[in-house]
Amino acid sequence: MKSIAVSTTVNGDAVDFVCAPEETLLDALRNRLGLTGAKEGCGTGDCGACSVTLDGRLVCACLVLAAEAEGAEIGTVEGVADHDALHPLQQSFIDNAALQCGVCTPGLIVAAKALLEKNPEPTDTEIRYWLAGNLCRCTGYDKIVRAVQDAAAKMRSA
Amino acid sequence: MRYERPETVAEAARLLAGAGGAARVLAGGTDLLVQMKSGLSEPQIVVDIKRIPGMRSITEEAGGLRVGAAVSGAELGAHAGAVARWPGVVEAVELIGSTQVQGRATMAGNLCNGSPAADSVPALVAADAVARIAGPDGERDCPVAEIPTGPGRTALASGEFITSIFLPARPGRASDAYLRFIPRTEMDIAVASAGVALALGEDGRVASARVALGAVAPTVRLVPEAADAIEGTALEPEALESLARACEAACDPIDDKRGTIEFRTRVAGVLARRAALIAFERAGGAQ
Repeated sequence: MKSIAVSTTVNGDAVDFVCAPEETLLDALRNRLGLTGAKEGCGTGDCGACSVTLDGRLVCACLVLAAEAEGAEIGTVEGVADHDALHPLQQSFIDNAALQCGVCTPGLIVAAKALLEKNPEPTDTEIRYWLAGNLCRCTGYDKIVRAVQDAAAKMRSA
Repeated sequence: MRYERPETVAEAARLLAGAGGAARVLAGGTDLLVQMKSGLSEPQIVVDIKRIPGMRSITEEAGGLRVGAAVSGAELGAHAGAVARWPGVVEAVELIGSTQVQGRATMAGNLCNGSPAADSVPALVAADAVARIAGPDGERDCPVAEIPTGPGRTALASGEFITSIFLPARPGRASDAYLRFIPRTEMDIAVASAGVALALGEDGRVASARVALGAVAPTVRLVPEAADAIEGTALEPEALESLARACEAACDPIDDKRGTIEFRTRVAGVLARRAALIAFERAGGAQ
């Protein structure tokens, strides 16, 4: 098995790592780069806990090979806050108690951020469809939808 | 396993042919990586085709659109020309998986995965789409309808891969639609599905139609008898009834946890009827 050297950009920073050919982007982010925000829930693209952006598109990092990141721009939950200042979505998730165990939260924050960049004023239905690939077993989703609406309103008036 | 990222079609074909059956094509990876994880697929070589020119672009050609094999559902859905001309194909592709899956999954991959329930395939067959296939002996074109040969099987020979799917030009008063039945509203596999493409004549009646069914046979079913049932009509109730009967007669489904033979057969007719009405309205038809 031949190791592959990858040069990529993660949250705006140039990053180099070496990976195995069959290694997923999720494993490389977590185990080689120490970015453990993206979680492995299912490992088969069903739960969305590993949501990241790849060249601006929302994807499951478990369904991307690490080698595919060559020359790409990756965005993870670690790049969402502005240093110590939380992103409005992160603050809204706290304010609305939109999490309990928190395993789904990084994926939901990344996915919701991608939605609001595309659609700053979504309906509840649009939020639910967009986030249908992010499973949460704690909240029942209602508080998540409210948190996204709350953040969207704050971002529109900012 | 080896990971290869060829920059030409010829190099990709050479890599695939050289590995025989032990090579897999990587475009969106939403089926391949799941199969690798489960051990269902253990390729010796994975050929990532996304760096080959044209694989990620949608280009105008002879009034139609050539969609590169690595164009994702999200990219297709953001293409105004595709949405305007082939709304049924676009809505079918957009039903595949979640937003995250849409960021990667491709029409060509959905076709090559060989699932009888693949959402994009009935819509592509109704659209009379044509796949361009590259291989060790060069390129050939093949109607999408002839690609699936059984569950998980395709007509592609060893070393061949799809480089693009061509959505043909369409006449003025024409459109298409795709519907599927699932027991929830999102993130599920079709229990039965139907794609209908039709064109209207000067008289506002259906001049030509193509009707294709999914998840009711080992492969997608093109149903010429269903098209015959609505050609020359303005989708009057009797015509739609004949269409539904023809669709039911073409079904050869299985019983499984997602639906019985009787249910799938009945629902295929209902979906074809409703999809025909949507396509008719989109084409500017009036009853």
